[in-house]
Amino acid sequence: MNRFSCCFLLALLSGSTAAARGTGDLGLFVERASGSVQIIETSGNTSIGRIEGLGDLSHASVVYSRDARYAYLFGRDGGLSKLDILDVELSGRTLQSGNSIGGAISQDGRLVAVSNYKPGGVKVFHADTLELVADIPATFGDAGQLSKVIGLVDAPGQKFVFALWDAGEIWVLDMSDLANPSIEKFTGIGRNPYDALITPDGRYYIAGLFGEDGMALLDLWNPAAGVTRILPNYGKGEQKLPVYKMPHLEGWAVAGDLAFVPAVGRHEVLVINMRTWQEAARIKVHGQPIFVMARPDGRQVWVNFALPDNDTIQVIDTQALAVIRQLKPGKGVLHMEFEPRGEEVWLSVRDENRVEIYDTSTFERKSSIPATKPSGIFFTSRAHRIGL
Amino acid sequence: MTRSVWLALSLLIAAPLAASDDISSDRQRELRNLLIQDCGSCHGLKMRGGLGPALVPHMLQGKSADYLSSVILDGRPGTAMPPWRPLLSPVEARWMADMLLQGIAQ
Repeated sequence: MNRFSCCFLLALLSGSTAAARGTGDLGLFVERASGSVQIIETSGNTSIGRIEGLGDLSHASVVYSRDARYAYLFGRDGGLSKLDILDVELSGRTLQSGNSIGGAISQDGRLVAVSNYKPGGVKVFHADTLELVADIPATFGDAGQLSKVIGLVDAPGQKFVFALWDAGEIWVLDMSDLANPSIEKFTGIGRNPYDALITPDGRYYIAGLFGEDGMALLDLWNPAAGVTRILPNYGKGEQKLPVYKMPHLEGWAVAGDLAFVPAVGRHEVLVINMRTWQEAARIKVHGQPIFVMARPDGRQVWVNFALPDNDTIQVIDTQALAVIRQLKPGKGVLHMEFEPRGEEVWLSVRDENRVEIYDTSTFERKSSIPATKPSGIFFTSRAHRIGL
Repeated sequence: MTRSVWLALSLLIAAPLAASDDISSDRQRELRNLLIQDCGSCHGLKMRGGLGPALVPHMLQGKSADYLSSVILDGRPGTAMPPWRPLLSPVEARWMADMLLQGIAQ
């Protein structure tokens, strides 16, 4: 081998070594005011880089491609951005509506769906090209009004499930035949569903109701049974507090048979027995809960709060059903995300312009990453979970 | 009319005009952050709307600062707009209404 080809081979080798990297410990957080995201890694807890120019990112959320290389970012201004988190660059973007709220990726990873406020409905895109596949306006009523769409999730069988804020309906969109999408509608589910979730097994879709008490439950294994109301008597006749921020029902905090959800307008976390769908307990907490999220092992549930208590986090022990720890990470704790096996949790502290990383067994702060008005945090472990 | 009533009346009239003088610059910074970040959660960071309606100046044409402050303070029952009175004083709500009418981009 001559000297030139030897160097060439070395360059090739070193080049490919530098490029080869798994994505299982990668993720991103949203910097909502500056329209950017920071790509991070959770092995050394560092920031890898930033992608800018992504529009209005208030309430932005993310789903991942099944190879966990691409993040699909749903912006408030209707922007759908496809981010290459390995190369830290924008690889596609479309302004698909005037105002959107979230999205989901299909079971087979080939379709990305976006839920829109304006015009109200759902649009479905090819995950590869971001080309439009289906446009589903959320029409309701005799006059053909359009409803804002919330709580869009994926479900087994190439389905997307979502709820209509203005109409009080749940729709199941079946995309298994691309040319002929079919929709099953469930009407009269309750006033103003504000968010929804699907259980990790993809069986139950549950919408929280802002306009009345209780939650609407759809068993996707038995859709013919229709939507049933759970926790129907919760809070009837009690004066609610002003709700300064809508609770989120992202993910599903489950420990054994118990599920944990935020109460609307109350300083309580509700515990539901998932075998009977009855209320099992109410846990008094520091403020109005926003996110109620279980550590992946289900032993702890972490809770953040609406204004004026959004500087605080409380940790619930799911065996004791009691708050065991209170933390004050700083003003504007907007979101939290557990590392895949739960030994650490990342918190975005908006008004302090920091993302903080806490040890979930000692509750000590381990590190901190400077950020501009950080909000949602999303790790690639979501790529392989139903409904996330 | 007694003198004290006149005094109270003139204070009422003067209060909104004196609003920005009565709010410290630190508090104004906090209010601006609240307006963009927290009101923005529902109305959009650029006030172009979301779960709540758009609040950009041309959408607010014909609405007075008094009306907007009363909506901020007392909310809109039957909708997701909460009353902010527990967190904001009337002077602060008026300051935020003025900000919305001016446009927050400035």
